[in-house]
Formats: sequence, C-alpha cells, structure tokens
Amino acid sequence: MEIVLALGIGIFTASGIWLLFRPRTFQVIIGLCLLSYAVNLFILAMGRLRMDAPPIIERGVAVDPSQYADPLPQALVLTAIVISFATTALLLVVLLASRGQTGTDHVDGEEKDGEP
Amino acid sequence: MSGWASHLVIGPIVVPLVAAAAMLLFNDRRTWLKRALGIATTVALFAMALVLLQTVSTPAADGGPARPLVYLLGDWAAPFGIVLVADRLSVLMLMLTSILGFAAMVYALARWDRAGPRFHALFLLLLMGVNGAFLTGDIFNLFVFFEILLAASYGLVLHGSGVVRIKAGLHYVTINVATSLLFLIGVSLIYGVTGTLNMADLAARIPHVPASDLMLLEGGAAILGIAFLVKAGMWPLSFWLPTTYAAAAPPAAALFAIMSKVGIYVILRLSSLFFGQDAGAAAGFADTWLTIGGLATIAYGVIGILSAQTLTRVAGNYILISSGTLLAAIGTDSATVWAAALFYLVSSTLAVAAFYLLIEPVERGERDELAPGAPGAIFEDEYVGTFDEEEDESGIAIPATIAVLGGGFILCSLLLSGLPPLSGFIAKFAIIDGLLIFEDTIAPTTWALIALIILSGLAAMITMTRAGIDLLWTPADRPQSYLRVVEAAPIALLLALCFVLMVQAGPVMGYMEATARALGQPHLYSEAVLSAPRISQPPVAP
Repeated sequence: MEIVLALGIGIFTASGIWLLFRPRTFQVIIGLCLLSYAVNLFILAMGRLRMDAPPIIERGVAVDPSQYADPLPQALVLTAIVISFATTALLLVVLLASRGQTGTDHVDGEEKDGEP
Repeated sequence: MSGWASHLVIGPIVVPLVAAAAMLLFNDRRTWLKRALGIATTVALFAMALVLLQTVSTPAADGGPARPLVYLLGDWAAPFGIVLVADRLSVLMLMLTSILGFAAMVYALARWDRAGPRFHALFLLLLMGVNGAFLTGDIFNLFVFFEILLAASYGLVLHGSGVVRIKAGLHYVTINVATSLLFLIGVSLIYGVTGTLNMADLAARIPHVPASDLMLLEGGAAILGIAFLVKAGMWPLSFWLPTTYAAAAPPAAALFAIMSKVGIYVILRLSSLFFGQDAGAAAGFADTWLTIGGLATIAYGVIGILSAQTLTRVAGNYILISSGTLLAAIGTDSATVWAAALFYLVSSTLAVAAFYLLIEPVERGERDELAPGAPGAIFEDEYVGTFDEEEDESGIAIPATIAVLGGGFILCSLLLSGLPPLSGFIAKFAIIDGLLIFEDTIAPTTWALIALIILSGLAAMITMTRAGIDLLWTPADRPQSYLRVVEAAPIALLLALCFVLMVQAGPVMGYMEATARALGQPHLYSEAVLSAPRISQPPVAP
C-alpha cells in the first residue's frame, strides 16, 4: 500500500514538473493538474494510511480513536480539490485569452526558434 | 468586549464579502451604486480597524499587557474549531489595508474602474482575502484566504485587458498555482508531524516535537516558507514581481503593495510563533537564511532599480528592496529591530502605493501602450465605453498640474530613498539603530545589511532624480497633462499619512515596540487562544 501510494505520488509529481516546464500553455495546465493530484494524495498520506476505517465516530458511544481514520486530512483534500479546480478553470480562461490576443499558445506569447 | 462588539473581529472579512456579493446583483451600468458601495465598505473597514486597534492596545484589566482578541467560529473551542485572532500585529496590518483600499478605490473613480468588468467586486474580494490572511489563527485557513486573495488578484491583474497584462497574468497565475501546491505540501507535512493546524496549538507543541521528527517539521516549515517568500518577492523567487505589478492597472498595483506585505506578515508571524526563543530545539530556525535571502533581495532590487527604464519598474524593484530589508530585519530576531521594521513596513507600503498612483498621471501622454483600449463586452450586462470618454462628474481638473505632480514626485522620492525629514528616513534610521544598539561585536551580515540599506536609498535617489528630470523638468512637446481631484486626493492622503508618521513617530514607534514585544512572547498568544472561553460555556473561575 505505502509503496504503491509513494510511487503514484512520485510519478505524478515527476510528470507534472516536466510538463510545467514545457513551452505550451496547455502542457503547463496539465502539468499543474497532475501536480495537484500528487499533492492531494500526499495530504491524504499525512493523515496516515488506514484501510477500511471510517472517519466519523458515532454520537454517544464510547469509541476507541485508534479504530478510526483521521478525518481532518480528508476535509483538507476536499478543500484543496475545490480550490485547485477553480484556479485551473481560471487559468484556462487566461490561456484562451492569451491564445486569442497573441495568436500563439506559447507561454511567453511569442514563438521562439528551436522550441517544439 | 461583549455582545455585538465581540463579533467585530470577523467584520473585516464578512463586510467586504457581503458587499462584493451584493454588487454582483447589479448591472455593471449602475456604476455609481457600485462605487458608493465600494467606498462605503472601505470606510467601514477603516472604522472597524480603528475600533479593533483601540481594543487591542488597551492594557488588560489586571494591568498586564493587552491580550489578543480571539473569535471562535461556530463557538467551537480552539484548537478543534477555526479561530480568528486579532492582536496588535494583525490589527496594524488591517489598518494599513483599509487605508490603501480606500485610497485606491477613490483613485479608481477617475477612470480605471471602467476599464473592465467587475472591478469593485474583485477589489473588495481582494481586501477580504488580505484581511482574512491577517486575522486567521489557523494555517489551513491561511491557505484558503491566500487563495481568495490570489483569485481576486488574478482578476485585477487582467483588469483592463491588453496583451501585456495577459502575458504577465498568465505567468503570474501559473507561478501562484504552483506555489499554492508547495503551500499545501508544507501544511500537510507540519500536520503529519504535530497533528494540529492551529497556530497557537502548534506554538505550544513544537517545543515537544521529538528530535527524530524535527527534520520533517523544519522541512515542512521551509516548504511552507517558500510559498510566502514567493509572495514577498525574495530573490531568487522574485523575477515575476516587477513585471506583473508593472502590467497591472495603477489602483490594482497600489493594492498589490500590501499583498507582498502579506508574505512578510506571515513569515514574521510564523517565525515568531513557531521558532521563537521558547521553541526548544527548533528555535531560531531559518533566521540566517532569512537574513542572507533578504540581503540578496536588496542587492537584486538595487541593481533592478538602477537599470529600470520605466517608473513602474522602479516601483516594482522598490517593493523588492523593501521586502529584502524586512526579511533581513526579521532574520535578526531582535525585538528592537522588529519594531523598527514594522515602522518601515507601514512607511514603505504607504510610500510605494502613493508612487504607483502617481506614476500614471506623471507619465500620461508619455507612453500609451498600457492605456487600455475599448475591448468588446464579455458579459452582456457589461459597460463598454471608450476610455477617453470623459465624465464631468468624475471630478474637476486641477490647474497647475505640473506643480502638483512635481511636488508629489519629490515627496515620493524622499520617502523611497529614505532621506530626512520624512518617515522613510526615521524608519531606516531606527532599523540601523536597532541593529547597532545592543551588540558588542557586530556580525559581518549586520554590516552588510547596514551598507545595503544605505546603498538602496542612494540607488532609489539616483533613479528618481533621473526620472524626475526626464519627465517633469525637460520641456515637453506633448500635450499638457491633466490631473483630477479624485486622482490627486488619494495620493495626497497617502503622502499626508507619511507626514503624520513623521510627526507622530514617538507614539507610533511605541505601538510598534509593544507589538514586537508581544511577538517575542508567543506563549501569551497561545494561552489567549487556547483558553478562549466559549459563549455557551461560561469560563470557570480560577
């Protein structure tokens, strides 16, 4: 479990960073998406990995907290997902505006020689 | 404080949010309604900051130092619920934000608020995010408020449209989205080690972190710090700042001056709470790095300001110099220097905001590439007017424009370069005095800092003199520029406040010293937050 998650985060991050440094705006956006997936998984992992454990305790029953998953990172991940979704949407609008105004999808708004 | 007054702490967040939401209900054609609502909100923010300032600087009933005001949202006890904390530092920053907000809002009346849609709503949301970042007592909510202020600032960078803004905006958005991810990694690492996100609780727990986890904690704090240092513009994370701020519309740029101070504020708050003297093994973490980074930032800013070709770049590089000075001062970890640095923060923010507002009238007619054209309507209720369309109600033109502009320019130059007698000089003098006063042997970095502070003033003066001669002295063959009262008044207000800072330097410095002392006692902050009484449960008598 740990190794799969760690590999997943690593691959997402590596691909995300590679794409982030590409010259095309669309690649940059996909890179940021992948990075945000990696970060979300990372936040979840910081609450310790638990299989089959509920995050919500029942009211009025004496409970053993060690039988439950940590709910806080899950709440944080939800917030982070919403926020990164919104900023990605906004970035897409800027991308389209940039494409429309400059006529190119290069991140600097102008084509450079020798770049893919 | 009791009853309704106890809810005042959340006011600086709720009021702009509600006002911004209400504005969306109205068509963009009803400009004056939105303007009135916007200005009324900034005035209300100022009034709330004033009352809060009075409350937090009144000593406690038992004669001890004033306690921070703690607001438990939903009446959940800290550290389980979300808390807002208003202490001297936060209220000082709230005050500064409301003043800048008011000045920039009035300035925008002249014409900038009609350069694109939804200016007032975005502006108020930015104020809400900044206020929230100053008030929150929880690092995850800090993230949320950061995102709010960033989202609003994306809109404001693009306000007025045009190729330059869109290019700068694309870079700005991308950099900030990437930094937000670093922010999240830092927050989750700190949570993984300590199991809490409440700043007061963190301050209480960090001394007890076992040595084996210390590296993870410091790694998390360092990654978190990167996010704020990008905002503050520490070299080498600052390359985006002058370009973006230069591209933004003047009122937006003036407000962005406080945005880079949000980064400085968080660094100061977190390093004093988490890595102060009580922090055990983690004490003094990153102080050396802050000093060195600050020195490099000042040096970079000095080179930038000397090579700047346009005034907006001068202002952007001045923001870097001021961030560098503040970071280096925070790194010294001495309460005297901190007090002086806070004074410098207020003075330099007011000065650079006034300068951003002044640049556009001074350069008007000189270059037109940034003047927004008349883009087509994006939303169907959008007001599309040509930019030159003058409205008499926006204010009358002032005669002797050049004299007024020249006077403002000279005052700005004095403030930016830190020459006597204005507050810029007092601030720099106090920092240098604080650096020298208690030291028996003076470290090389301290000498470097003093030298750079003086050198940066010289560089600012050279550049401003050059630009002033070029723009204001040489007879121009361009048409006589004009200035409206609504444009001159906010600049005059900001410069007048620098005068007040100069005349009232004693009391203001007293407040700053008390603030710096409170920052040096993080346990008082922790106790105040963690023992904050819930409303539904009266406190147990001791």
